Amino acid sequence: MARLSDANVAVAREIAGRYPRQKSALIPILHLAQEQDGYISRDAMVHIAELLDLTPADVYGTASFYEMFVFEPIGRYCINICTNISCQLMGAWELLEHAEHRLGTRPGTTTDDGMFTLEDVECIAACTEAPALQVNYRYRNQVTNDDFDQLVDDLAAGRLADEVPPFGTLARIRQRTTDRWAGTGAAAQAKVDAR
Amino acid sequence: MSVPTGPRIITSRFDVVDGYTYDGYVRTGGYTALRRALTQMTPQQVHDEVKTSEMQGRGGAGFPTGTKWGFLPPDVFPRYVVINGDESEPGTFKDRLLMELDPHQLIEGVVMTCYAVNAAQAFLYVRGEMALAQERIAQALNDAYANNLVGRNILGTDFSTDITLTWGAGAYIVGEETALIESLEGERGMPRLKPPYFPAAKGLYMQPTIVNNVESLSNVPWMINQGGQAFADIGVPTSTGMRMFAVSGHINRPGVFEVPQGVTTFRMLFEAPEYGDGIRDGRSLKAFIPGGASAPWFFEEHLDLPLDKPTVDKAGSMLGSGAIVVMDDRTDMVAACWRVVRFFAHESCGKCTPCREGTTWLERILKRMLDGGGRPEDITTLMDVSESISPGIAWPPRQTTICPLGPSAVSPIASAVRRFPEEFAHYIEHGRPMDGLRRHPIHGTTADVI
Repeated sequence: MARLSDANVAVAREIAGRYPRQKSALIPILHLAQEQDGYISRDAMVHIAELLDLTPADVYGTASFYEMFVFEPIGRYCINICTNISCQLMGAWELLEHAEHRLGTRPGTTTDDGMFTLEDVECIAACTEAPALQVNYRYRNQVTNDDFDQLVDDLAAGRLADEVPPFGTLARIRQRTTDRWAGTGAAAQAKVDAR
Repeated sequence: MSVPTGPRIITSRFDVVDGYTYDGYVRTGGYTALRRALTQMTPQQVHDEVKTSEMQGRGGAGFPTGTKWGFLPPDVFPRYVVINGDESEPGTFKDRLLMELDPHQLIEGVVMTCYAVNAAQAFLYVRGEMALAQERIAQALNDAYANNLVGRNILGTDFSTDITLTWGAGAYIVGEETALIESLEGERGMPRLKPPYFPAAKGLYMQPTIVNNVESLSNVPWMINQGGQAFADIGVPTSTGMRMFAVSGHINRPGVFEVPQGVTTFRMLFEAPEYGDGIRDGRSLKAFIPGGASAPWFFEEHLDLPLDKPTVDKAGSMLGSGAIVVMDDRTDMVAACWRVVRFFAHESCGKCTPCREGTTWLERILKRMLDGGGRPEDITTLMDVSESISPGIAWPPRQTTICPLGPSAVSPIASAVRRFPEEFAHYIEHGRPMDGLRRHPIHGTTADVI
C-alpha cells in the first residue's frame, strides 16, 4: 500500500529531530506507518528507509523483530487475551476458549468480516486484574464471558469508537518539539561523531 | 495482624483524581524538588542525596542507584540517561501505574538525574503495549516543556536537557539494559556482550549512559525534598525505603502495595487485611513467586521472610521486580511451570544458542507432558537441558548465555520439579494432573505463539 502521507512525513521528521542519531527514530516511525495503514507495507518501509538514510533491509530487519508490527492487514480490533501465569491461575484459558467460540476464530487469525483478530499473548502488565485483555492496547480488567460478549457487541456496533481507535493507532497524544527544545544531545553527539 | 507503615513516597497521588495532570501535580507539591535542586544544590549534592538514600534499583537486579551514577567516567561527554519503562516481567506492573498515574513525578526525577550526572539528554522508553502510559507521558512532557521544567535553560538556570519519549514494539528482552539501548538505536533488541563495555562506560551511541528503572527515578523528588537520610531511615539498612509490590494470583485482595522493605514479610502481604487479605476461597498456600517470573519459587516455609534483598537472595530467590504471584493448593504445578517457561521460550531473542534452542525444547517437553504424551525420561531431559543453559542449576544462577533470560526459564523448572516430583510423575504415568488439582483448558499449541 502506501508511502507515508505528506502530513506523516512531517511528523516523522519531527520525531527524528528528537534523537541525536536518525536511526533511533525507526521504531516510532514504524508505529506511525502502522497507524496510517493498519499494517506496515513494503512501500512504507522503502519510504522510511529513504527518510532515515537506511536500506529497506535495515528497516525490515528491525521491524520484523518486534511483536507489535504486522506486515499484512489484520482485524480492525485486535483482542489480546493474556494467558500468562497470573491470568492462567484466574481463568484465562476458559476466557480464551469462550472468545474462540464467540468469534469463531483461533488465536492468530481474523474473523471473515475483518472486524476481529484474536491473540493469545504474554503478560500485559495487569496481573491483579486477571483475567485481563487488551483491545488495540486498551485494557479490559477481570473479564467474564459476559463482559467479553458485551465488548464484542459494543465494538461491532461502533459504541466504543471514541475509546478504542482502529488497530495501528497507539498513543493519540504525541510529544511535540517546541522552541524550548534544547538540542543539547544532538549538538554534543554531532561533535563526537565528526571526530 | 498489624503491619509496619511508612510514608507514601511514590504512590501519594494514586488517589488524586487529577494527579496525573500538570495542575494536579503542582497543586500537590510537584516540582518543588526540581526548583530546589537546580537553584540551591550542586549536581554533586543531588547525587549525594541519592547515594545517602542507599536505594537499590527497582528494575530487578537491585543495584544501588547512587553507586551506579558514580560509575560514569569523568570528562567523557555527552552522557545520556535512559529510563527503562519497558516493564514486561510477568506479574509486574508498578511502572505502568507510575507512568499512568504520576507521570510528572517521573519527569521531575529524570530532570534531576540529568542534572546530577550532567546528561545532555534523557530517553524515556515506554513499553509499546502501554498506550495510556504513552499518552499520559506525552501530555506531561508537553506541559513540562511549556512550563520551562525541561528543555532550554530550565527554570531560568544555565542547565538545559531534553527528554525524548520513545516506545517499544513488543519485546520482553528489551527490558535488559543493553538490549534496550540497541532498540533505542533502531536495532533489533538483542543484548550486548558485557564486559567489555558496561553502559556507564559505553552505552547509547557508545557514550556513557545511565539506565534506570521508572520506579527508581520516581523516588528522587521525595529524596530531594525530605533528604536521602530520611529515605535510608525507612526499612532496614540492607533494603531501604518504601517499595511497590504487586500481589496477584489466588489472593482475596490482589493489588499493588507500597510498603516499607525489610520490616514487612511475605506473610503480611498475603494475610493482612490492608494488603492481600488471605488466600482466595479459604484455600491454603502451595507456592509463590517472590520477584517476577524469573525468580525461583518460594513455599510455606518462606512466608515469614522479610522483604529484604540479602535475606531473600540467601534463601535462594530474589525480590526482583517486586512481582509476587500466589498459587493455592489446587494449582497444577506442571501447568504453572509450563506457562512460565512458554513465556521465556517466546521471548528469547535468539542470539545465544543455549537459550534459543533450550527454552524451546523445555517448553515443548512440558507441553507434550500436559497433552498426555509424557515419557519416563522427560524429567531427566528437562534437567539436562536446564543444566546446559545454567550450569549447576543453582542460585544465583550461572549462565552459558549473554543475558539472564535463559537461566530465568530454568527457575520454574528447578522449583517445580524439585518440590513437586510426584505431580510430574503423575502426568507422565496418567496423562493428567493429580486428583484435586484444577485443570485448565490449555489448547494453544506452541506453533500458534512462537
